[in-house]
Amino acid sequence: MTMTPLRTPVLEPVWEAVCPLTDLLPERGACALIGGEQVAVFRTHDGSLYAIGNQDPFSGAYILSRGIVGTRNGEPTVASPMHKQVFSLTSGACLDDPGTVIPTFPIRVTMGMVEVSVK
Amino acid sequence: MTRVLIVGNGPSAHRLAETLTSRGFTGSVTILGEEPRGAYDRVALTTHLTEGRDLAYPDVPGVTTVIGTRVVSIEPAAKTVNGSIPYDVLVLATGSAPFVPPVPGRDLDGCHVYRTIDDLDAIRASAATATAGVVVGGGLLGLEAADALRGLGLETHIVEMSPWLMPRQVDEGGGAVLKKHVESLGLTVHVKSGVTRIEGEGRVTGLLTPDAGVIDAQVVVFSAGIRPRDELARGAGLQVGERGGIVVDDGMRTSDPSILAIGECALHDGQIYGLVAPCMTMAEVAADRIMGGTAAFTGADLSTKLKLLGVEVAQFGAMAGALDVTYLDPVAGVYKKLFVSDDASTLLGGICVGDASPYATLRSFVGAELPAAPSDLLFSPTAVELPGDAPVCSCNNVTKNDVTAAIKENDLTDVAGVKACTRAGTTCGSCLPLLKKILTESGVDTGTGLCEHFAHSRAELFTIVQVRGITTFTQLIDEHGTGRGCDICKPVVASILASLHNGHVLEGEQAALQDTNDHFLANLQKNGTYSIVPRIPGGEITPEKLIVIGEVARDFGLYTKITGGQRIDLFGARVEELPRIWRRLVDAGFESGHAYGKALRTVKSCVGSTWCRYGVQDSVTLAIDLELRYRGLRSPHKLKSAVSGCARECAEARSKDFGIIATEKGWNLYVGGNGGFTPRHADLLVQDVDTATLIRTIDRFLMFYIRTADRLQRTAAWLENLDGGLDRLRQIIVDDALGICADLDAQMAAHVATYADEWRATLDDPVKLRRFVSFVNAPGTPDPSIAFTTERDQIKPEILQVMSR
Ligand code: SRM
Ligand SMILES: Cc1cc2nc3c(=O)[nH]c(=O)nc-3n(C[C@H](O)[C@H](O)[C@H](O)COP(=O)(O)OP(=O)(O)OC[C@H]3O[C@@H](n4cnc5c(N)ncnc54)[C@H](O)[C@@H]3O)c2cc1C
Ligand code: SF4
Ligand code: FES
Repeated sequence: MTMTPLRTPVLEPVWEAVCPLTDLLPERGACALIGGEQVAVFRTHDGSLYAIGNQDPFSGAYILSRGIVGTRNGEPTVASPMHKQVFSLTSGACLDDPGTVIPTFPIRVTMGMVEVSVK
Repeated sequence: MTRVLIVGNGPSAHRLAETLTSRGFTGSVTILGEEPRGAYDRVALTTHLTEGRDLAYPDVPGVTTVIGTRVVSIEPAAKTVNGSIPYDVLVLATGSAPFVPPVPGRDLDGCHVYRTIDDLDAIRASAATATAGVVVGGGLLGLEAADALRGLGLETHIVEMSPWLMPRQVDEGGGAVLKKHVESLGLTVHVKSGVTRIEGEGRVTGLLTPDAGVIDAQVVVFSAGIRPRDELARGAGLQVGERGGIVVDDGMRTSDPSILAIGECALHDGQIYGLVAPCMTMAEVAADRIMGGTAAFTGADLSTKLKLLGVEVAQFGAMAGALDVTYLDPVAGVYKKLFVSDDASTLLGGICVGDASPYATLRSFVGAELPAAPSDLLFSPTAVELPGDAPVCSCNNVTKNDVTAAIKENDLTDVAGVKACTRAGTTCGSCLPLLKKILTESGVDTGTGLCEHFAHSRAELFTIVQVRGITTFTQLIDEHGTGRGCDICKPVVASILASLHNGHVLEGEQAALQDTNDHFLANLQKNGTYSIVPRIPGGEITPEKLIVIGEVARDFGLYTKITGGQRIDLFGARVEELPRIWRRLVDAGFESGHAYGKALRTVKSCVGSTWCRYGVQDSVTLAIDLELRYRGLRSPHKLKSAVSGCARECAEARSKDFGIIATEKGWNLYVGGNGGFTPRHADLLVQDVDTATLIRTIDRFLMFYIRTADRLQRTAAWLENLDGGLDRLRQIIVDDALGICADLDAQMAAHVATYADEWRATLDDPVKLRRFVSFVNAPGTPDPSIAFTTERDQIKPEILQVMSR
């Protein structure tokens, strides 16, 4: 019996290029389709980037990228354009309905390109 | 997985489902309701008639609701209902049914009860062919029903067995004051009077009483008490009370441990509760028990405060006591009474008629030491500071301590925040003044601030932007606000900037302020698609243009509908299709109809003197001129107008923000009308004026409104809140009492001179066009979540899956 060296599997993020950073208007979202997953990406006023699921859990529509970006008590947020529930861009938690949380995804800029990982 | 099955879909059932879901219940929840619609707010039932209000509760995500299905049997041994639907926990929330006394004739056409939306629709239909109505029963619900009949234009009588009205809430003295109020509204009250027979053949013609003889009436509404709907429970062998009601313990359990009962059908400690607040508490207790908790229902406060027929009536605590202090003003129709212990130190209860201001505060002191002399309490109760454990919101069981703690922990700054965090104030609303008071006591300024980012009202921000010449949101929030804005303040600032500078709404930073509708220059629909409304000024359109609309709709497969605003709406366009659709429309001479904006919508018109044999002026030409003049004008809320060619008023001008009706001599201008949620007829501002004067007056009216109105305040509410009302408005914009008319005129002139069609400008600008894609990384790909089915030969959005938690 041969021994194979034991390797702990590390989940490396798989980065997908989304668009040039300059295509993201500050405080206005955009949606990316990554492997069938709809991801809403945002660039806030201070230049930070955020990625969350695009589906509004309350209406079921894929529209969160089209909401108004702002802050609540300093926390960056987006308001669903359907019925105005506000979601934290950092945690994905719905600030108007604690308990409802939408997915968030890692996001970064590489050589001017915005990249998101859904893995 | 636990399967919870709820029978009945009233307020109790809805609260139970909502509580389970919000607490993260992992089993399945199914509701079976017999009414042909989802759960709705029965407490506000009457507004369905008077205001046509939508009473539906929001759907609870993850809960299966079956409407129009009556449960006829329970099989406790098999744990099923209707022979086949299984449950692990069954909750009966079947409410109650109105009691109809067994008098002859009670089944005649025109006899009704007052419990459901269907009942009210039936009453409305009967009232259409009636001149008089009788309500049997002068309690809380009876008076409400009587007011509804009066509102439907009927001569209304109330027949009550007891010696005075509302015997369960007020004593004889209060009843006498109440009767005066009711009679002054033109209703006829017959107390100490029963019903012998309902007269009529087929349809009701009258009601025979033992002593008042026959009261002529074509509508009879029974409101003589309620009976719990315990028939299912009886059939299943559950224990019921002698006089009805499903017996439950403190955990809402019936005699079968797998079956709970909540709400008006439940009999707890010998008591049936006919008010919504205890029903809600029972629902919350049941939810807790289902999830393994130990919450208990230990009875409830039956205090009530209502406004019936414009009269405030309140009752709290006991209705008797060793000593009482009474205040009576027969002229103003005010009666207030406090019951106190024999040493005058403890408050036992009270009754108010005509002025219920002591209610909110004093209710919290029942059973406690009086905080001041009883007579002072009757007059200035609000000066009294509430004790911490005082119940503030009895509908939702919230104490002052709960509210204070929520304010501290969550840095709450307004009543809306308190409502969201504690639920206080979300049911009957009678505790809202107290919430405001507690906010103030906690050091929160409940002023006119727009939101957490601006302490200013919309009107104040407008002045700041104008006077300081501010042109960007960033400058405004840096200098006058905090944070980076939200969905409330950003659209407001966008609108102010647009009203003052009239640039393109998608220009530069402004684009980020717009609500999704303005951002895509189209209206968002429930499935994420958009609708398109080209402007059709005055509703006049050539056959060629009609054909273009038809062709565009056909080529893009859009659902097509004639709107209530005399134009055509095309639904179901994906974002990426909008520019191509508008290219075709703009090329054919159409422009944006601003259906998406807080801006001028339509100026409706009747056909007027050109064709109509009654018309005295050319209403179509004026409507078109006005629509073209004010198109694109951004305002605090949408603006609507109409022009009728004569007093017959076929254009419904008096339901508009500004409506014009032709006269032999010129035009009458009416302002402050509204359809919608709270309809209001517009008031006559100027009479018989020529066209130039008319337009100048409208210019000033609109600009003055844009300057001073609150966010999302239509002209109707604005005018009602304007100090000095219509007369003051006339002084300001006709007589120039403030000396601002030249300014207002110049502002409107600037708007008219700089108007440009937003859609044409967008199509000409590649940068603006870039936003019209579903996916930044796949611009050609349509959103795969959008799908349609077909109905009556047109598309219809497929229902979207809502995530359950
Ligand atoms: C399309 C139309 C219904 C129809 O099929 O006939 C319609 C559709 C909508 N109405 Fe309306 N209203 C339409 C005529 C009306 C009318 C009748 C009229 O204008 O003569 C009224 C009552 C008159 C009034 O406004 O005073 C009306 C009172 C409302 C209200 C309540 C306003 C109020 O003051 O209470 C709202 C809600 C709001 O604006 O906050 C509303 C909101 C809406 C919205 C914008 C709701 C939304 O946010 O999605 C709907 C979107 C339209 C779309 O997606 O294109 N709609 N709506 C009508 C479009 C007319 C047009 O050509 O522009
Ligand atoms: C006009 C009016 C005004 C009111 N005003 C006030 C007020 O100001 N303040 C206040 O506190 N309370 C008020 N109430 C009382 C309040 O509405 C009730 O307390 C509340 O509705 C009780 O809720 P529930 O869910 O227990 O019962 P219900 O509202 O009666 O709901 C029970 C539901 O179950 C359904 N159902 C019954 N049996 C079956 C079956 N076998 N199968 C399927 N479905 C079934 C019924 O059709 C009904 O829809 C008012 C009531 C009315 C009618
Ligand atoms: S309002 Fe008068 S002029 Fe206009 S269509 Fe009606 S009847 Fe004719
Ligand atoms: S007391 Fe009814 S909502 Fe608070």
